[in-house]
Amino acid sequence: MWAILTLLVENKPGILFKVTHLFRSRNFNIDSISVGVTDNPEYSRMTITTYGDEKQVEQIVKQLDKMIDTIEVKHLDEHKTVYRELSIFKIKLSNANDSMEVNKLANAYGGKIHDVRKDSIMVELTATPDQIRAFEELAKPFGIIEVARTGVAALQRSGA
Amino acid sequence: MNKMETMTGARALMVAMEKEGVKEVFGLPGGANLPMYDEFARCDIRHILVRHEQSAAHMADGFGRVSRKPGVCFATSGPGATNILTGIATAQADSSPMIAVTGQVPVAMIGKDAFQESDIIGMANPVVKYAFQPRTPDEIPRVVRTGFYIAETGRPGPVLIDIPKDVQQKEAAMTFPDEFKIRGYHPWTDPDIVHVERAIEMLLSAERPIILAGGGTIISSAFAELQSISELLMIPVVTTFKGKGAFPENHPLSLGPIGMHGHAEANKMMTEADCVLAIGTRFSDRSVGTFEAFEKRLKIIHMDVDPAEIGKNQTTSVAVIGDVRTSLRIMIKMLMQKAIKRTEENTWIKHVKETKEYWKENLKLHPGEMGAAKILRKLREILPHESIVTTEVGQHQMWASLFYDVIQPGTFFSSTGLGTMGWGFPAAIGAKVAKPNVPVVDIAGDGSFSMTENSLATAVLEDIPVIVFLLNNFTLGMVAQWQRTFYNRRMIGVDQGKCPDYVKLAESYGAQGIRAQSMDELDKAIKTALKSDVATVIDIPIDPEEDVLPFVAPGTSLADMILPS
Repeated sequence: MWAILTLLVENKPGILFKVTHLFRSRNFNIDSISVGVTDNPEYSRMTITTYGDEKQVEQIVKQLDKMIDTIEVKHLDEHKTVYRELSIFKIKLSNANDSMEVNKLANAYGGKIHDVRKDSIMVELTATPDQIRAFEELAKPFGIIEVARTGVAALQRSGA
Repeated sequence: MNKMETMTGARALMVAMEKEGVKEVFGLPGGANLPMYDEFARCDIRHILVRHEQSAAHMADGFGRVSRKPGVCFATSGPGATNILTGIATAQADSSPMIAVTGQVPVAMIGKDAFQESDIIGMANPVVKYAFQPRTPDEIPRVVRTGFYIAETGRPGPVLIDIPKDVQQKEAAMTFPDEFKIRGYHPWTDPDIVHVERAIEMLLSAERPIILAGGGTIISSAFAELQSISELLMIPVVTTFKGKGAFPENHPLSLGPIGMHGHAEANKMMTEADCVLAIGTRFSDRSVGTFEAFEKRLKIIHMDVDPAEIGKNQTTSVAVIGDVRTSLRIMIKMLMQKAIKRTEENTWIKHVKETKEYWKENLKLHPGEMGAAKILRKLREILPHESIVTTEVGQHQMWASLFYDVIQPGTFFSSTGLGTMGWGFPAAIGAKVAKPNVPVVDIAGDGSFSMTENSLATAVLEDIPVIVFLLNNFTLGMVAQWQRTFYNRRMIGVDQGKCPDYVKLAESYGAQGIRAQSMDELDKAIKTALKSDVATVIDIPIDPEEDVLPFVAPGTSLADMILPS
């Protein structure tokens, strides 16, 4: 099971270390993690995605909740959650048509074009991890030079 | 008192600790904690000098378990700090309240690989309940106040306070807070009444119910409550090793500890039960072996203060989250309201008593005069019931579990989770500091005792007369037993030789050393030690070939215990 966890934590040095250390010492893996300060500068929000069966996810939520620096920990239902990840692809351009083709592909996924060069182009794509993976598959034939991904940011829908 | 006062960080630390009621600190000075040490000259806190920082942590741990207030240990930066890590990890594994205060290199030097610098905050992270590193002196009063609160509330544990040297030295205007808030810390939850009700129904409808009392029962002092439930419902009680002595072991309904070296009758009844009320336990592998063999028909009611323990190692039928004493009180109240009290022995209780009787008669013991069972029963016979016993880690520890009956609840302590050799003796010193008026005995083995034997210096110089009851088989006995059992008697790295001579060792420290080679000598030695005003080592040579039995091999079920042949 793929799980999205959202954590409201104290915005203090060392908290990210403690959270990631907990995953390591309890034998869990982090699939992706993103951290940013909230509207209240005393708190940060971490979004962590991980894999595990229901029991394992329940256990990691409890262990995170037990941490004194976590204010709130939730396992989000992905169907009731808005979650997005930012990715940047640097794609190879081998012939004259490639630039147009990549543009089309980026448009289809709602991506933005940056840094157009003679032999490479950059695509910024904000989407779900599944959509990013799908885009990646389609971009592969052109030749992917580099990829950077932020990990998921997520918030539960109101009323959900 | 919320008036601002100007003082150094070191002074603020001591003032704040005095406000917490600290009377003793176990420690060892060094370059980076000297400003704190200098403050001992200006306060009423007694400093107890150790010969190794690990022992300081174990002393604080022993003090904390007995007094239920955090014990305090001091160490310097770098190696001083890494030396107490084992002691901190031991306290964490056994949920013992502790405050460890380490010196650190000055703030500007942190991260520069300075002399005696270690990133103790990073190293200690997985083995502390919380860690602080104040970067300005004015943080110290709040750090101490919240540190003590965190250490002793909910599921207790060790808290590390790492103070850079310049933060100790600098002055600031200090406020000592009475009130504070920790947003992400909720140490206690109110037990859910509905769940308690369901637990009662389950216990009442069970044919073969049993109570499994863990260490949490002792931590929350739920002795009277445990006994009430057991007696009201006529349910036999087994304990985990850490829960040993949560229930008087001479009680007719007591079966003793279960586990790898549990009592035969306890393991047997545990595997036959159909419903268990598990109180303050984490279902450690050493306690329950593999539960799978019989858990399908076993209904588990789990009471614990720590929500993360519910379902961690064991799936439960009903969970009651909250302080176990509070939960048990609610349960008792409900039983009273329903006027439920069982008086007639049913077939299960009869079977339990028969089984207990059978094993009392039929467990084969070492035939010699100085067999472990006889030695420990002799100790029990002479020691007053209020005496506190600690143990080291090894065969003697398991023999203590099997043959030393705890009669007054909450008088038996051991390093059960981390299994730290060398724990018992310094912990006994800490225990004696907490309760100077009762005899304190460390049931020891030679392998384990030799790890912290230099605490004899502390016991003698600081006038803390504890008794080391040394079952000496000149061997790392438990390892030897595993080598005999699982490695076809290939004995590697276990022979300790007759080195040192523990009587002479004790005497060289100014302690009393007595060798006891017969039951008569042992009887006299214990009585002499109890009267002595100096620490005593009773060296009791025993048979190196004696095994601890019964034995549940690792990774197997309690039903498959190996018995003496």
